[in-house]
Amino acid sequence: MTQYKVLPGPEHFLPPAAASMGIRLPNPGEGHINGVIVPEEQAYEEAARQFLMAKVPTIFPGPLVLWAWNEKAAKKATAIRHLYETLKECVTPQQRAMLIPMPDYRPKYPKINPEVEINPNHPNLTIWHNKIDCCMFVGVHCHQANLSLKIIRGGTSCYTIAMCAQAGHEDAMLSFRDASVEKIMKLAEWVRKLKGTVKVSQVVSKSGASN
Amino acid sequence: MSKERIKIAPEFYDIMPPEYQDLVNRATYGKEDRGWKDIGSAKELIEEHSLCAGCPESMAFRYILASLPNPEDTVMVGSTGCTSLVFPHVAVHNIHSLFGNQNAIASGLKRALTVRFPGRIKDVVVLAGDGATVDIGLDMTLQAWFRQEKFTTICFDNELYANTGGQESGLMQKGFVAKMAPVGKTFDKVRLPEIARESGCHYVVQCTVSKPSLVEKVIRNAVHVAREIGPTYLQLYTPCILEIGKNSMEGLQEMRDSEKPTERFAFKEFVSEPAKQLLAELAAKDKEKKAAAKEQLAAQQA
Repeated sequence: MTQYKVLPGPEHFLPPAAASMGIRLPNPGEGHINGVIVPEEQAYEEAARQFLMAKVPTIFPGPLVLWAWNEKAAKKATAIRHLYETLKECVTPQQRAMLIPMPDYRPKYPKINPEVEINPNHPNLTIWHNKIDCCMFVGVHCHQANLSLKIIRGGTSCYTIAMCAQAGHEDAMLSFRDASVEKIMKLAEWVRKLKGTVKVSQVVSKSGASN
Repeated sequence: MSKERIKIAPEFYDIMPPEYQDLVNRATYGKEDRGWKDIGSAKELIEEHSLCAGCPESMAFRYILASLPNPEDTVMVGSTGCTSLVFPHVAVHNIHSLFGNQNAIASGLKRALTVRFPGRIKDVVVLAGDGATVDIGLDMTLQAWFRQEKFTTICFDNELYANTGGQESGLMQKGFVAKMAPVGKTFDKVRLPEIARESGCHYVVQCTVSKPSLVEKVIRNAVHVAREIGPTYLQLYTPCILEIGKNSMEGLQEMRDSEKPTERFAFKEFVSEPAKQLLAELAAKDKEKKAAAKEQLAAQQA
């Protein structure tokens, strides 16, 4: 059994793919936290806790939900916005919840504006710039999410959550699978449920998000 | 074919960067008579380019993107070169192929799109430099034409390998001395337009990009002929001002000088009989549409 844990970085310039370290994906009804398979309920609670603990909890919606491809995408967009609004309501004035889009995957060298967008090819720039210490990817194609999650784990101390519509992500610190409108709404419920019960993190990292 | 395909989810409209908002509100997707005159007034499909100041290739790129009849359903296949630096800023699907492979990739892509989207028009346009088209990729270029693959090949002819510092290419003119070809070219410029005609291209044009209206016309013709009949080829002179020792402001004049009737980029056009017929039909339809619009305008004014 692997001893490897998927933890906030900065881990390494090129961190290993978690899958290569023996981390496996959750089955339906499960999630993973730091690479350990857990029941989905536990993942909701931990994700909500991480959001509420963070100074700058952030949601990164990707192209699959930012663009109204179809009815399903539009419904997910509504749910994600609801999650963000809930998060905003539930954090303290010292925290700053953010919603930053990843409109597409083009390598936008050299003109990425980290204040208003995130790019999968250098997601660390947006995380560093906004001092994001907890983020959730949703609506990002898996291969781009994997790339980003690895870069983030490699170069920042940001806690990463993947709300994946497929089989989940080993490279996130916490991953859901089979994301749906219901699951996103349920996470919002958990955020509301834990409001006021979680202490904001005071951790200061030199090379991570909260520097 | 319209902006219906690129709607932002309303919940996220406010957080989208302004260039994406502009794209869905002011781009010319779906506009039937889009053309180079939209440049500067509508949202362009090329946000900004990272090429040298005054680069004729950047002008050509803008004209091409403004002239594509069906940009939202067009895939451009490119090869390594200066244009590779611009494609990330372009709001048209594109594939960056292995150097020289662009026509092979475009062949497979066009066939796959035809199978996958049988009821929809999908255009494929290859855009590559002269090294990729004529030297390293000549095999793929010719084989695609022999097979009568239905896509357009555009060659940005700058007469040398500019991106890598100025090596000799097949389209370089005889006697030219480049930075990394000090002896001077010893054989003539390859006559690719003639080769294209003989290889089965139905519409072939060689010109410079000094006249945007001409570029618009040939691009539209080439795409329409490729869509309906078979392969088409455009060879556009886009001089590399750095490699031929010109200043930023001199690119346009260089093209004007090179397109004179006795010069190597004098306008050249080959059109096959089926293509002639198609273009005549399209022109007639266009004329009818314009006449109808004129009548409608007159009726409104009366």
